[in-house]
Amino acid sequence: MPMHKLPFVTSIHSLLARFGLTGRAAVIAVPYVWLLLFFLIPFVIVLKISFSETAIAMPPYQPLVQWVGDRWSDIRLHINPGNYLYLWEDSLYVRAVINSLKVAAISTLFALLIGYPIAYSIARAKATTRSILLMLVILPFWTSFLLRVYAWIGILKNNGLINNFLMWAGVIHEPIVMLQTDFAIYLGIVYSYLPFMIMPLYANLEKMDLTLLEAAADLGCKPWRAFMTITLPLSMSGIRAGCMLVFIPAVGEYVIPSLLGPPESLMIGKVLWTEFFNNRAWPVASAVAIALLLLLVLPIVYLQRSQARDAEGAA
Amino acid sequence: MSKGFNDRSWLRISALAFGFAFLYVPILSLIVYSFNKSRLVTVWGGFSTEWYGKLFDNDQILQAAWLSLRVAAINATGATILGTCAGMALARFGKFRGRTMLTTMTTAPLVMPEVITGLSLLMMFVALEQLIGWPEGRGMTTITIAHITLTLSYVTVIVQSRMASLDISLEEAAMDLGARPAKVFFLVTLPIIAPALLSGWLLSFTISLDDLVITSFVAGPGASTLPMVIFSKVRLGVSPDINALATIMISLVTIGVIVAGVVMARQQRHRERDMQLAIAGLKDEKT
Repeated sequence: MPMHKLPFVTSIHSLLARFGLTGRAAVIAVPYVWLLLFFLIPFVIVLKISFSETAIAMPPYQPLVQWVGDRWSDIRLHINPGNYLYLWEDSLYVRAVINSLKVAAISTLFALLIGYPIAYSIARAKATTRSILLMLVILPFWTSFLLRVYAWIGILKNNGLINNFLMWAGVIHEPIVMLQTDFAIYLGIVYSYLPFMIMPLYANLEKMDLTLLEAAADLGCKPWRAFMTITLPLSMSGIRAGCMLVFIPAVGEYVIPSLLGPPESLMIGKVLWTEFFNNRAWPVASAVAIALLLLLVLPIVYLQRSQARDAEGAA
Repeated sequence: MSKGFNDRSWLRISALAFGFAFLYVPILSLIVYSFNKSRLVTVWGGFSTEWYGKLFDNDQILQAAWLSLRVAAINATGATILGTCAGMALARFGKFRGRTMLTTMTTAPLVMPEVITGLSLLMMFVALEQLIGWPEGRGMTTITIAHITLTLSYVTVIVQSRMASLDISLEEAAMDLGARPAKVFFLVTLPIIAPALLSGWLLSFTISLDDLVITSFVAGPGASTLPMVIFSKVRLGVSPDINALATIMISLVTIGVIVAGVVMARQQRHRERDMQLAIAGLKDEKT
C-alpha cells in the first residue's frame, strides 16, 4: 500500500506540518543538531575550560561560574587568562607552534612537487587507464593510516630495508640514521597526505580544456612554456585546495612525529597530547587547542571560500 | 592530438612509476615481512606463518578488534544516514536558513586536526555527564558518537557531489506524476545514489576502524580499540605480529574495495542500459 494512503501516516504528516515540521525541515535538522551538539558546542566548552584554573579533582578544572550564596548577586566569575599567559611566556609552546608551521609548510611543498606530476600524468592518460590509476591512488587511503606510518619504521630504521640494502650493495658501511629524525617526519607527512594532494589536482587538471594547449603548440609554443603559461595558472584552484588539505591537518599531526620523529621533536599536536594525557592539565591543553584553532581558522576559511567558488564555477 | 604535448609520455610514465612505487613499497614491505621467521622483522630469516598463529592467540588484540568492528559498523550506518540527510539538503534544498552553517560544520571536521576534535568532544562528554548524567563514563558509546561526527562529513561530501551531478528531471517527473517527496526519495533518488551511499558507508567503516587520536581522547580506561593496541605496541618498535595483522587488514580492505568497485560498475552499466531502453521506448511511441 502506498505510504501516503495510510490514514495513520497522513495524520502524522498533518500533525507535524502544524508545527512547521515538514520532512524537509527534519532532513536539515537531524544532521544540523548533531553537528551543533558534537562539533560546534564542544569548541565553546573548550574555550570555557581554557579560562579556568587547574584543580586536583575530576574533572581536573575549577568551574568558571560559582554561586557563593543563594541570591543572583552572589555569582562569582573566575576567569583566568593564566593559561594563555603561560603558553606565551614558556618558550616551549611558541617554538612548538613555529616548528609545526614550518614542518607542515615544507611537507606541503614536497607533497605538491611529488603530487603534481602524478595528478598531471593521470589526467592526461587514456580514459580507460585513468580510472585504474585513480583507484591505485585512492587505495592506500583506504588502508590503515597508522599501519602505513608503521611501515616506515621498518624501512627507515638502522637495520631496516634501506640500510640493509645499501650495506649489502656496499654503498655504505655504517647505517645512516634516518628513523627518529626530522627527515622521517617530513617523509611520513608527505607519504600519508599525498592522496589528499593528488585528488583535487587531478579533478582540476582533468576538466581542463586541452584545445588551449593545442592552439599554443600550433602557434609554435614550446611544451614547457605552454605548461608554465597555461596549465599551471589554470590549475591554481586545485593547487590551493590540495595544499590546504595537506597543510591544515599536518600542523596538528600527532601520530607521525611520535612514531617517526625524534623524542624531543616539538610539534604542537604532540604538546597538546602530552599536556592532556601525561600532565592531566586540561585547562592548558584547552588553551593550546584554542590557540591552534585560531591559527588554523584563516586557512580553513580560505579553503572553504575557494571550494565554494569552484562549486559555483562548475554549476 | 597534436605532437606538441604528447611526445613526452616517458616523463609521465616515470612520474607515475615513481609515484606508485612511493605509495606501494611501504605497504608491500609490511606484507612481505609478515611472513618472515625472524623476530627482527626486517632481517630475513626464512618463510614462516607463525606470526599469524601468534596473532590469533593474543586475546588483547582479538578483543580490541571485536570492539573496533562493532563501533565501525554502528558508526558507518549512523554516519551514512546523517550524511545522506546533510548531503541531500545541501545539494537539493537550494537556499535555506543555516545553510552556510551546515556547510561549515560538515566540511571543517575533514581538515580539523584530530587532537582538537578529540579534546573538544571529550570536554563535551564530561560536561554532558555533569549536566544530565549521560553518557555514563566513557567507552563504546562515546567512541561511536565521536566517529559519527567525524565520518558523517565524508558521507556528506560524497552524497552531495553525487546528487549535484544527478539529473534532476527523473525526480521532477516522479513529482509531476504525484509522488510525495518521501516516496520520490525512496523509489527514485535512493536507488540512483546507492553506489555513493555504499562508498560512504565503506569509507566511514574504514576510517572508524583506523582512528587513533580522537578515539584515545574519548575512550575510557576500559575500552581499547584496535588502533590503540597497535599504537601502544609499535611505539616500542617493530613487532612481527603487527605485520601479520596489517597484512590481514590490507587484504580485507583491498578485496572490499575491488568487490565494491566491480558491483558499482555493473550497476552503473545496468542503469545506463535501462535508461537507454526507456529513451528508445519514448522515441518509438512518438513515431
